[in-house]
Amino acid sequence: MVIQHTELKRCDVINIKGRIDSATAPKFAEVVNEIIEAGRFHIVFDMDGVDFISSAGLRVLIGTQKTCKRYNRGEVVLAAVPETIMASLELAGFTPLFKIFKDAVSAVGNF
Amino acid sequence: MPAVKFPGRYDSLAKIADLVKKATQEFGLDRLAAYGVETAVDEACSNIIEHAYGGEGKGEIEFNYRIKDNFLIITLQDTGKSFNPKSVPKPKINVPLKQRQETGLGLYFMHQWMDEVKYDTAGKTNVLTLIKRKG
Repeated sequence: MVIQHTELKRCDVINIKGRIDSATAPKFAEVVNEIIEAGRFHIVFDMDGVDFISSAGLRVLIGTQKTCKRYNRGEVVLAAVPETIMASLELAGFTPLFKIFKDAVSAVGNF
Repeated sequence: MPAVKFPGRYDSLAKIADLVKKATQEFGLDRLAAYGVETAVDEACSNIIEHAYGGEGKGEIEFNYRIKDNFLIITLQDTGKSFNPKSVPKPKINVPLKQRQETGLGLYFMHQWMDEVKYDTAGKTNVLTLIKRKG
């Protein structure tokens, strides 16, 4: 898994590539936690390069969404979600819990 | 295929996934169904490491698969604590964000993506059988 973090004026974009499983989810959570600890709660997860996500990765998504939405201080949105990853999100019942954009540019425009 | 043993560590998951991809290709599954099998096996192996062994580096996972007629049959064996699937509550899927539990999805995924999930214990060995039907 490769993670790239870009801090923009109105939000943070995290681009993830590769597998998000029990081996790599802790690193993903660490990057996210650093952003949250910096008091930034508007986050785009750019999933374009993700080729696998397990429940360990989904736990990071839902946990981050809960933290960001607390006190109405922000939100996590998803961008460029591949078909297979979308199937997992749907099965997990996550699709009503996240705004999903076709690419990172439109996701950033949401904030 | 001869059985392959992997150390019960999370960094084995990607290597096991490579074998699963080989199996689903040989079986001729479409991309989404193949992804589902990959997910089920990943969740099963993560559960073995976390729950049967109680952490990384405590034992091995033996992976095997065979194709019989319209069925892909994957077995995973471990020598950790045996598991009672009935002890895990079904996750609540259609609830608001605040009420969403962050655990319990792994087992749910296994049952959703596979046609059959069986648990057996023979002596000190736990055998998990995951079956996918084609068509």
